[in-house]
Amino acid sequence: MGWNFNDGSPIYLQLCAVIKGKIASGEYAPGSKLQPVRDLALEAGVNPNTVQRAYAELERDGLVNAERTSGRFVTADAEKIKQLRGALSSGFIGEMFKQLQGLGLTNEEIIAAVQNWGYSDK
Amino acid sequence: MTTFKCEGLTKNYGSLRALDSVDLSIEPGRIVGLLGPNGSGKTTLIKIASRLLVPSAGKLEICGMEPSEKTKALVSYLPDRDYLPGWMKVSELVDMYGDFFADFDRERAQKMMDSLSLDGKMLLRKLSKGNKEKVQLILTMSRRAKLYLLDEPIAGVDPAARDYILDTILSNYDEEAVVLISTHLISDVEKVLDEAIFLKQGKVVLHKPVDDVRQETGMSLDGYFREVFKC
Repeated sequence: MGWNFNDGSPIYLQLCAVIKGKIASGEYAPGSKLQPVRDLALEAGVNPNTVQRAYAELERDGLVNAERTSGRFVTADAEKIKQLRGALSSGFIGEMFKQLQGLGLTNEEIIAAVQNWGYSDK
Repeated sequence: MTTFKCEGLTKNYGSLRALDSVDLSIEPGRIVGLLGPNGSGKTTLIKIASRLLVPSAGKLEICGMEPSEKTKALVSYLPDRDYLPGWMKVSELVDMYGDFFADFDRERAQKMMDSLSLDGKMLLRKLSKGNKEKVQLILTMSRRAKLYLLDEPIAGVDPAARDYILDTILSNYDEEAVVLISTHLISDVEKVLDEAIFLKQGKVVLHKPVDDVRQETGMSLDGYFREVFKC
């Protein structure tokens, strides 16, 4: 049932991360309406209060706006979404560097390897 | 108002102390896991709340009242064993619940029974274990209660049936109600819980929001449970 979550970090933060990914990728379009708390709770298979908390967190980050009567909406602010995409990419790149440094590559070697990868047909 | 409250709650079976001075308080709108190994007092606590047992000392209150026929109208209880007569048909069970409980939502129950594509003419004892559990849960969750006491609702059923049961709990509990789920299958339920209570030899050793446990320990609730109750 529902989405998969990792051990060790709070579920509301993992929910936030998934929703941020969907906002960044455009799966949740700018200005579109978010699912009601209960619907997402059922889809993800989590407690409604956990969804509530994740939404509150996203509101605090300005990625989601709550309209008093009509529900919650993804921000329509293109700059905000661009920033989010930047922050998520940095996270992935940082993680990749950490992994590759762990294999003993220097930063120069990693950059060269990334270039190779990017220009190959893969 | 606090939905579920215990103060110094103690239960002795002869010389065995099953519950030892338990203090608990649960606010409305929470889904709470009552977790502990076998023999830790989970069922005893639930039985006191449903007034099948009386405490040896201390007290337990449901919406400010000690367990009585008044609280029974507010509490929907799913025992940990087959408790309904096997010779009754599924449709008769729905009728019986409708007769017994003013807060029973027959339409909701019928809808859920239909979604299981169960024949109402089937006898309860002819159902598979999984379907029997589902029918019992549907009846329990179709009441608009203030407190749901679910004793081992997912024990002994396959993973798909477990998902169905958890889904049914999530989609039917009222936002003002408390759902208390006792289980030792923690990894299955932890996503749906707000709070976890760990019982160890009749004592409460933890009562916290699940996400706080994850934050503070860096473990899943299941992982932390295994550490606390390591044999």
